[in-house]
Parts: sequence; structure tokens; C-alpha cells
Amino acid sequence: MSAAVRITSSYYLVLAAVLFTVGAVGLLVRRNTIVMFMCIELMLNAANLTFVAFADALDDISGQVIVFFTLVVAAAEVAVGLALIVAIFRRRQDVTADDVSMLGG
Amino acid sequence: MEAVIFLVCAAAVLTGAFGVILARNPVHSALFLLMTLVGIAVLYLQLAAALVAAIQIVVYASAIVVLFLFVITLLGVDRLEPAESTVSTRRLQTPVAVVLGVLFVAGIIALAGDTWATGARSVRGRLGPARDGNVETLARVLFTDFVWAFEITAVLLVIAVIGGVVLARRSGRRETTAGEAGA
Repeated sequence: MSAAVRITSSYYLVLAAVLFTVGAVGLLVRRNTIVMFMCIELMLNAANLTFVAFADALDDISGQVIVFFTLVVAAAEVAVGLALIVAIFRRRQDVTADDVSMLGG
Repeated sequence: MEAVIFLVCAAAVLTGAFGVILARNPVHSALFLLMTLVGIAVLYLQLAAALVAAIQIVVYASAIVVLFLFVITLLGVDRLEPAESTVSTRRLQTPVAVVLGVLFVAGIIALAGDTWATGARSVRGRLGPARDGNVETLARVLFTDFVWAFEITAVLLVIAVIGGVVLARRSGRRETTAGEAGA
């Protein structure tokens, strides 16, 4: 049944594109800053999946090496971002994006 | 078999992704995110990236999701977000975001339909004939060609850690001064 379907890199790239779009739409639609951070993680993962798919397609290891750097950036982003959320929560007692829409103290 | 694994993982990835943005409760969003991340890790295994899959599980699925859940429980923000935004322009934003997202996916699929990105093959090193034990190749490239980027990530991590500590500490100090002023 499934032997006829051959999974090429295009399948992975389309999946990554859809995943990226879901993350981008979620970032615009949601107002809870923690969920917005999760949407950024979805977008970063879509980019990682693209890198690994191209590493497989072109038989080159550097696509996988770059995923490590993306992971480091994601970890740093989460550490700083969640610290920001904690700092905002201490002042505002809430973490929806509406509360900080003026970017004022 | 490959097609079955891909379809199951793609379904898990997309279900998780839609779950993240549709779940009203942030805890559910975090658990859906976990589902997406595990699905992507299995896809990495399919793409001959065993080490990346392992690190995806250890760093993303463990550390980052636990950090999210930790902050959610620490702040107690697991209540539902209000349906109506207090910012008036946001009412238009949701439909516009959905329309733009659909157009974006349609555009990518239309553009990628019968073209294929070209590139030099195996510039930095091959994945290897076995395609499963490429840790050695990966480490060699990481510590030779990418050694500068590797060092800079160390600086980035130090900055992030210091930034996190400073951000968390400063508001704490402000709270104590406010408390002293009140007393």
C-alpha cells in the first residue's frame, strides 16, 4: 500500500512550511505571552526541520551542525524571554500582550 | 514503512502545532508543543540525524518544555485568556493573520511545485554511507569549520544567563523598596 509512495525531501519541506505558518499565525492570534513564545519555538523547529531535510537531500553535514546553533539561540531566547515574562508579571500581575501594548512602565 | 512513519509523525506534528495555538489553557499548549517536538525528533531519525534527534529530545522536549511548565505554574497564569482583547485593533488582526497564513502556505507550495533548490553537494562532509553514526563527522565539522560560531554561542549563552539573572533580580529589588516605602 505504502510502497508506492516515496517520501522525498519535498514532503519534509512542505511540512516545515506549514509548521512555520502555524507558528506565525499563532504568534499573531494569541495574546498570552507564554503561548506566543511556544509559537516562536514552533517556527524555530520548522527552520530546523528544513535544515535537516536539506542536509539529507544534499548529503552535507553542515545542515545538521547549524541546527545546534539554532538550538543554542532557542535556549537563550527562552531563558531571557521567560525572565522577561516573570519581570512583567511582577509589575502587572498578568502576562497577556494587551497589558504591555504601550511598552510603558 | 517510511511513508507510514512520515504520515504518522506529520500528523502528530501538525496536531500538536494546531493544539498549541488553539488550546485555551497554556498548560495544554505546552503539552501539545511536546507532541510536536517528539514528532519532529522522529522525523530527524528518518533523515539520518540521530544525534540531532537525541538533542531535540534532551534540550527541547525536556529542558525547554519543563521551563515553560515551570513558569506557568510559578506565575499561576494557567487561567483562560479573555476572549475579547482590550486593544481595539486586535479584532481585525485574527482574520487577517489567518488569511495571510493560508496565502503564505499556498504561495510556498505553488513556488516549490516543480522547482528544486540547487546547491553544492557534500561541501563540509558526507553524512556517511551507514547514515546512522555521523557523530564523528558532525563533531569534526563543528570544531573545525564552525569553531568561531561555536565560540560565539558560548558568549551568547553567558549573556543570556546573566540577562536572565539581572531581569529576575531587578524587579525583586524594586518590590522590596516598594514594600519598605509602604511600611
